[in-house]
Amino acid sequence: MSEQSQPTRPPLIRLLLVLLPLAAMLASFVWIASLDPLRSFNNGAPPVEVLTVERTILDEAGIQVLVRAGGSEAMNVAQVAVDDAYWSFTQDPAGPIARGDTVWLRIPYPWVLGEAHRVAMVSNTGTVFEHEIAVAVPTPKGSAGQMRLQALVGAIVGLLPVALGLMFYPAMRGLGRQGMNVLLALTVGLLAFLLIDMTGEALELSADAAALFQGAAMVWLAALASFLLLMAIGRWRGQPEGLALSFYIALGIGLHNFGEGLAIGGAFAAGSAGLGTFLVLGFALHNVTEGIGIAAPILRIRPPLWSFAALTLLAGGPAVLGMWAGSLAYAPQWSALALAVGAGAILQVIVEVSSYLMRQNLDRQAVLLSPAVLGGFLGGIAFMYVTAALIKV
Amino acid sequence: MPADTAPSVDPSRRALLVGGLVAAGGAAIAAGSARSQSAPDTMAGHDMSAMKPDPYAAPMPGMAHGDMTTVGLVDHARNGFDPTPMLTDWDTGTTEFLPDGRTLRTFEVDAIDKEIEIAPGIFFPAWTFNGRVPGPALRAKEGERLKIIFRNYGSHPHSMHFHGIHSARMDGVPGAGLIGPGEEFIYEFDAKPFGCHLYHCHALPLKRHMHKGMYGLFVIDPDPARQTDPALAAAAASRALGSPENANWQEMAMVMNAFDTNFDGANEIYAANTIGQAYMNVPIRIEKSRPVRIYLLNVTEFDPINSFHLHANFFDYYDTGTTLTPTQRTVDLIMQCQAQRGILEFSFAEHEDGMYMFHAHQSEFTELGWVGMFDVRGPEA
Repeated sequence: MSEQSQPTRPPLIRLLLVLLPLAAMLASFVWIASLDPLRSFNNGAPPVEVLTVERTILDEAGIQVLVRAGGSEAMNVAQVAVDDAYWSFTQDPAGPIARGDTVWLRIPYPWVLGEAHRVAMVSNTGTVFEHEIAVAVPTPKGSAGQMRLQALVGAIVGLLPVALGLMFYPAMRGLGRQGMNVLLALTVGLLAFLLIDMTGEALELSADAAALFQGAAMVWLAALASFLLLMAIGRWRGQPEGLALSFYIALGIGLHNFGEGLAIGGAFAAGSAGLGTFLVLGFALHNVTEGIGIAAPILRIRPPLWSFAALTLLAGGPAVLGMWAGSLAYAPQWSALALAVGAGAILQVIVEVSSYLMRQNLDRQAVLLSPAVLGGFLGGIAFMYVTAALIKV
Repeated sequence: MPADTAPSVDPSRRALLVGGLVAAGGAAIAAGSARSQSAPDTMAGHDMSAMKPDPYAAPMPGMAHGDMTTVGLVDHARNGFDPTPMLTDWDTGTTEFLPDGRTLRTFEVDAIDKEIEIAPGIFFPAWTFNGRVPGPALRAKEGERLKIIFRNYGSHPHSMHFHGIHSARMDGVPGAGLIGPGEEFIYEFDAKPFGCHLYHCHALPLKRHMHKGMYGLFVIDPDPARQTDPALAAAAASRALGSPENANWQEMAMVMNAFDTNFDGANEIYAANTIGQAYMNVPIRIEKSRPVRIYLLNVTEFDPINSFHLHANFFDYYDTGTTLTPTQRTVDLIMQCQAQRGILEFSFAEHEDGMYMFHAHQSEFTELGWVGMFDVRGPEA
């Protein structure tokens, strides 16, 4: 086969060739919209109405919900009932809610601390959209004290375990080939657990988002895009290893912690707080392996001291940011997106750490199924699974 | 802060730490499953900084329980019926004398599909009799010959099934007066027994035809001439619409109904006479020196019973209205199952002027719209 030589066209002709189909598209849309040839399909059915609650705020002024309309036409919230009682409410901004738009519904309802409430929004066609407030607690506000408290939580959940894990660094130095293999495999195992956990959580969250965000597709595509982008960036100058690989692991874990922080902040705002120290310790234990994983690729080199601080901040710091963002501006679709991006990043580090592990050994592929590597991998997964049992409720 | 087992630490630092740990605990559980909820833990401090955790303790502007209300007003003109005039809007048809001297009373009723606003901003695709829900409150007198000309302008087969005494041919069930769209049927029977009755469409599925709005009161006044006991004759006379004895009474027609706007087998709006909270927005004016009589009917679908409770007063109740002496005396609450009906008689003559509430005493029905006020005042006020 030889290269087909196309006769080159003048630029003006090319432009016209592009404009022609565009003009045809525009004309056909105008024709369809103006003549409405599909009107015979109109069978008198009421418009499809969809209303998704994205945020709930409980405070001294009552209950406020942020709702997003997603029906086939603009829709109206005619009445609001809380616990089967029609209640006065204001809508901000008022009027019909266009598809994709959000409004606040403010209901001066005397909610009861620690109890459940059910908000029912009735549209003008009589369709009812129910929203459950499972445990009513005051929504945290963006005060300095509140932000500090959340930063502390984020630090305990994100920074502390990573720092603790990195403190194993001196002890891990001097490990032999087998020890390194176990450690790297352990890292891949814990990352694999995080990948599965995050993907599941992202999909679950995305199911709560308005349909127009196409939850599942958004999660898979965002994860794929972040994976491909990070792979491309990572391999800009050869395959990453050493400190660079550690930073990629820290970035992946950081994105994971950001997504987790979002979910935590959101759940905190939604009122599912109320636990003991035991679970906090469980959480710290669960995340300690993250620090060990980050340290694994730099055991053979002597990185500068600042890099440990930087790795800790990169991996753990996003938890704090996530907490703030999640509690102040929680929405299921954004949390799902953040988790999906994190999942892609985790997948990238799984690939890179595995490839690093193979390069470290002469027998390449065969090492993957060696007892040390398989044991480390399964051990990592098992450790994460068991410690996760402490924090799943 | 909850009591803690930690040894003595600088109290302020400890408070911060425990608060943080509690918060982190919440965070941790949430991280596992962001939307799974846990029961409130007594250990947890619910530390929300300076927030007042109990809304009752906090100043809540505009948050009095008086906010239990629908928002806005129904456009009665667009509906074509208004719940206030509807209370006293009796359809007495047209009368003529038969050769034997009896009265022939003729009613005309059309079945019409119509979208109605049942609460502010909420529209319901109703099936109606004469364009209103409930249908016209038909009123006749015991012993009259009745002729009801029924035309079906709706999109489905309909009928009028009267609760009364009549022949099988006139029963309004399939094969006996159930007619298709565009058809006409004339029901004929004698008005008996006297009482507070109803009619409704008996097309199948019955539940759907009922709750779409096809029902109405059918009141047969007693004929005083048929009573031998003077006291009962007087009672009958007071119930005979148009008689001098009846003129002093403040009579009203109330149909307890409800609407399942999303067709899930449970009602979204409850009301007396269709419009949720109509008599809260426009209280019913009662002249306190004159006695009150309510013809009450329950046609609520899906819920087995409904009820009527009068505040700050008691009433006599005539179940089904077929007696001239009360079946229940001095009660402030009566129950009605589906299609049960009766007559309530009471007086506010000895009361202070004021707003007196009435509602179903199923709190759920009350708060979903079935509640109203009597505005009781003297004639001079």
